[in-house]
Amino acid sequence: MIINHPLLGPRDAAEFVYLGDASLMERPDPQGPEAADNFHDYAYLRKNPAGEHRELWYHEQGDRSWLVVTRNTLTHEISKVELARDVAVTRRGGQ
Amino acid sequence: MSQVNRIKGGLIDTNRSLTFTFNGRKMQGHPGDTLASALLANGQRLVGRSFKYHRPRGIFTDGSHEPNALVELESGAHLEPNTRATTVELYDGLSARSQNHRGSLEHDLMAVTDLLSPFMAAGFYYKTFMWPKAFWEKLYEPMIRISAGLGSLSMKEDPDHYDKGFLHCDLLVIGAGPAGLAAALAAGHSGARVILADEDFRPGGRLSGETFVVDDIAGAEWTAQALTELAAMDNVHILTRTTIYGAYDHGVYGALERCTDHLAVKGDKPRQILWRIYSKRALLTAGATERPIAFGNNDRPGVMLAGAVRTYVNRFGVTPGREVALFTNNDDGWRTASDLAAKGVSISAIVDARDQAAPATIPGAQVFMGQSVVDTKGRKGLKSITLSGGHTIPTDCLAVSGGWNPNVHLTCHQRGRPDWHEGINAFVPGGALPPGMAVAGAANGTLTLGAALSEGHRAANAMTKDLGFNASRKPAPKAEDEAHECAAFWHVGASRARAWVDLQNDVTAKDIKQACVEGMASVELVKRYTTLGMATDQGKTSNITALAIMAEVNGKTIPETGTTIFRPPYTPVAMGALAGRARGKDFRPYRLTPSHQWAKANGATFVETGNWLRAQWFARPGEKGWRDSVDREVKMTRASVGICDVTTLGKIDIQGRDAAEFLNRIYTNAWLKLPVGKVRYGLMLREDGIAYDDGTTARLGENHYVMTTTTANAVLVFRRMEFARQCLWPDLDVHLISTTDGWAQYAVAGPNARALLAKLVDAPFDISNEAFPFMACAELSVCGGTKARLFRISFSGEMAYEIAVPTRFGNSLMEVLMEAGREFDAVPYGTEALGVMRIEKGHAAGNELNGQTTALNLGMAGFINKNKDCIGKVLSERPDMNRDDAIRLVGFKPVDHSQKLAAGAHFITKGDTANMANDQGWMSSVAFSPTFGHSIGLGFIKRGHQRTGEVVRAVNPARGSEVEVEITSPHFFDPDGGIQRG
Repeated sequence: MIINHPLLGPRDAAEFVYLGDASLMERPDPQGPEAADNFHDYAYLRKNPAGEHRELWYHEQGDRSWLVVTRNTLTHEISKVELARDVAVTRRGGQ
Repeated sequence: MSQVNRIKGGLIDTNRSLTFTFNGRKMQGHPGDTLASALLANGQRLVGRSFKYHRPRGIFTDGSHEPNALVELESGAHLEPNTRATTVELYDGLSARSQNHRGSLEHDLMAVTDLLSPFMAAGFYYKTFMWPKAFWEKLYEPMIRISAGLGSLSMKEDPDHYDKGFLHCDLLVIGAGPAGLAAALAAGHSGARVILADEDFRPGGRLSGETFVVDDIAGAEWTAQALTELAAMDNVHILTRTTIYGAYDHGVYGALERCTDHLAVKGDKPRQILWRIYSKRALLTAGATERPIAFGNNDRPGVMLAGAVRTYVNRFGVTPGREVALFTNNDDGWRTASDLAAKGVSISAIVDARDQAAPATIPGAQVFMGQSVVDTKGRKGLKSITLSGGHTIPTDCLAVSGGWNPNVHLTCHQRGRPDWHEGINAFVPGGALPPGMAVAGAANGTLTLGAALSEGHRAANAMTKDLGFNASRKPAPKAEDEAHECAAFWHVGASRARAWVDLQNDVTAKDIKQACVEGMASVELVKRYTTLGMATDQGKTSNITALAIMAEVNGKTIPETGTTIFRPPYTPVAMGALAGRARGKDFRPYRLTPSHQWAKANGATFVETGNWLRAQWFARPGEKGWRDSVDREVKMTRASVGICDVTTLGKIDIQGRDAAEFLNRIYTNAWLKLPVGKVRYGLMLREDGIAYDDGTTARLGENHYVMTTTTANAVLVFRRMEFARQCLWPDLDVHLISTTDGWAQYAVAGPNARALLAKLVDAPFDISNEAFPFMACAELSVCGGTKARLFRISFSGEMAYEIAVPTRFGNSLMEVLMEAGREFDAVPYGTEALGVMRIEKGHAAGNELNGQTTALNLGMAGFINKNKDCIGKVLSERPDMNRDDAIRLVGFKPVDHSQKLAAGAHFITKGDTANMANDQGWMSSVAFSPTFGHSIGLGFIKRGHQRTGEVVRAVNPARGSEVEVEITSPHFFDPDGGIQRG
C-alpha cells in the first residue's frame, strides 16, 4: 500500500507501523464519572469494520509522525490522511 | 539421436549448436530453443509421469501453462525441481531429468497405480484413509508421503543469491505480445515512463508463434522493429524473462526477473530479482491461453494444444509429429493445419466438432466435420485416434483446440470476478479491476490480431492522456482480423475411456461429475475434493473445461457455476527470490555496541539481545567454562571494579517547557519535583494496568531530561511516547528524540569505581560522594575535553556510575577505562555477570516485566502516585488486580545450598499435590551467586511478602525436578542499600 503522507507525499506502507482504530486517541477523562468503565472500553474494545475505517499509522522509518488514515478495509482505498496531532488538536477545540 | 524433427525456419540460430542432456542422454539444440522444443526436435515425446497414476506424459503446451513437462534441472545444491520444460531457455551444458517415476521413465514401477485407479477416484483419500484409525500413523501417512509430491528437493542450502529491487513508472505494460507492443509504442511516444515486461525471453507473444503480417511485414520482423524502436527510447524500460506475478494495492506490482537461469556460465550476478514495481497505471496485455477438449485417453504423449503445435513449427523450426491430426471446435485451430501444410508437414486428418461446412481446404487432409475424437492408442506415444464415426486414423501428433481463454488472472487479484463472454465462450475481465488497471488485446477477449493491436494502442493513449501526456499521433499498427468462430464444445461425452481434464493432477471428467453428484455444489469444493487446478499450473488449461462439465451436470450455465478466485503468484516464485538477501544471519542487520571491537579483541563471547550483539562474558586462559568466567567477573567487580557496556539500553532525550508534566503522565511516580542534576527510577504501565517498562530518567537541565528504557523495549517505548505526545496530549510543549545510538554508555561498578573515574574526569569536577551522591547526574568532560555525561546509578547494587560519551569515542573510552583501571585490577563484565548481580540485588528485568505482572506483583505498588493520572493508572486500580492473595516478587534460596534452582519451576505449598489447582506462582529468574556461594532465584508467589522464611517446593515437571526453597527478600545483596550509596 502507499500512504500519502501530508508532509512527505506518497510513501510505501512498509515505512509505517500499524496501530489500529483511531479511537485510541480518545483517551477517557480519568477524573470523569465511570472512568473505570470508560477506560475498560478504551483499552479493550476496538472497531473492526468491513469498510471505511479510521486508523492510526506511525511513520517509524520516516519523520515519526502519527497519522490518521481513513482506509477502506475491503478495497484498501485510502480516502484521507491527516496528521494525528492536527486531529487531536481539533478534537480538543483548537490550540 | 539427432534432431529428427527439426524442420526449416524458425526464430532460432541454427548456425550454433548447444549440447544438453535429458536423463543422461546427450542431445543437441540451438540458441533460441526452449528445453521443450529441443526435446521435440530430438524426437523425445515421453518426458514425464503424471502425479497420481504415473501415466506417460509428453509436452502439451508452449509456455508457462504447461501441466505435464515438469523436469528437474541441474544437480547437487543447484537442483531445481518442477521446472516447466516449455519455459526453460536452452543453454550449453543444461542437464535435465524427468521426475515422478521409480525406475526409468520408460518403465516406471509406480505405473501400477494406474491399474488401481478405480479405487482412487475423486476424494478417495477422504474415504479410504478414515479406517481403521490405527492405520493412519503407521501405514497411510508414510505411504502417502512416499507417493506425494512431484520433483524432489536437493535438501541442501540454496547456493544462489537473489536480489530485490524497486522500479517506478507511469505505465506498466504486462505482456509484450501484439497488444502490449502497440501499447508500449504509443505510450513511449507520449513521453510517459513505460515498463514493458514479458515472461518469455523473446518478446512478441503469439507474433513469434504465428505467421501473421503486421504493417505489411512478417509479424516476427515487425516485433523486432518495434523492439528496436522501444529500446531507443530513454523513457521505456523493457524487462524480458520477467513475470508480473501479482497485482497489489495502489498500483504496486510484483515481478520476478530471471537473470542467469538461461546462462551456461552463471557468473556472480543474482540468479533472480524480485522487483516491486510502482505504477501509476497498468495495462494488462497478457494474451490468452488455449484450452483443450476432453476426450478418451487424451493425455498420451503426442496430444498437444493446436496453438503450441504452430509455435513449435513456426518459432522453433520443429514439428512435433510426422503425421499430424487436428481436433478443433473453432476456426483458429484450422490455422495449425494450414501453417503445418505450408511447412510441408503432412496432415492426416482434421476433425471439427462443428456440423458445418469446412472453413478451409488443406491439401492431403481428410476432413471430418461434425465428428469428434473418442479415443486414442499408443502407450508411450500417440499411435492412432478413433473418431466418433468409427474411423481409426494413424497419427503421431494430435493438435487439439477448444478455443482460447483470456489471461484474466491479474484482474482478479483484488477480488475482481470475470464476466462470461458468449461470443468467445470464455471469461473476460469483469467486476472491479485493480484501480489503475486496464486490459487490452486477447486478455480482454479481443482475440483477433488487428483488433488487439488497435485496442492496445488506444488503451495506452487513453491512459497516458489521463496522466497528462500528449497522446501519440502515430496510427495503430495494422493487421487483418483472422477468423475465430468457436463452438461451445468442451468434452466428448461419447468417450468411454477416461477423459483427462486436469493433466497435472490427474482429474478426469468422471471425477468432476462424481464430485458434483456427491454434493460438491460449488467450484471451490470441487477444486478441493478433486485437486483440480492445484499445483504448479494452477489449472491454466483445465479450469474452464471443468466448469463446463460442472455446469452440464448441475443443469446450470457456466457463469452461474462460477469461477475460482485467482490469487498471486501467476506462476510459481522460488522461496529464495521472496527471501532475497534476508536469509540466515542476514535476515536482519546486527547492531554492534561501541566497544564491540575492543570486546572482540579481548575474548568476549557474544550473545544476541534483540538486534544487538552484546558481550556475554570475557573468557580468560585456563577457565574451563562460562561459569568460571562469570563467577570471576562478579567477584572482581564486587571486590574492586568492573566495567560493562550498557549502550543498548534505550535513551530518549526529552525537552520542552512541559517535559516534567509529560513524564508525570508517562511514569507512575511523580516527576515535578525532581531537581536538576538528579536521577529518578521510573515505572511505566500499559493502559490496561500491567507493568510495561522501567528505567531511570535524569534531569540535565531546567527543561531537559534523558530517559533510559530496557534494551528490549527501546523502540516500543519511544513509539508509545510519540503517540502520547502527538495523539493524547498535543497541548504539551515537549519534544522527543531517540539518542540510543548517539551515546556510548558504560557502567563502572564496584568499591573502586570512584577512584577509577576520578582519573578520567576533568578538573574541577568533583565526583566525591558529598559532591556527587547516589542518584546524581551531570554533564561534564573527561580525558581532557571530551564531553560526557555521568550518572550515579547502580543496577549491580555496587557503588556505581554510568558514564556516557558520544558514540564515536566509545571504543577508545573502553580502552582508556581499562588502562586507568589496571591499578585496580578492573575487569570487563558481560551480560551474564550483569544478570547475576541484578538478581543478587533483586532488580526486576524482562523475566519479571513479562506482560503479566502489575506494580503490586513487583512490590512497587508504592510507585503509583495517588495524586495524579498516568497511563495505566485507572485500570491498575481494578479490584481483581489488587487482591490480598496476589502474587508478589520475592527471593528464593535452596534449603540444601548444593541444589540448583530452575527458572520456570512452579511453587507448591509443602504437603500439597503438585497440580494446577495448588499452583502458588513461579520462579522467574535464577543464577548461581558467587557472592553467596549457592543458587538464588527471584519469583512470584501468592502473598510472598508475608511468607518470608517459609519453605515451599519449587516443582519443575518438565525437567522432572523438585527443590525445597526458602522464601527470602528479593534483595539478597545489600538489602538496605548502604553500599550503593557509599
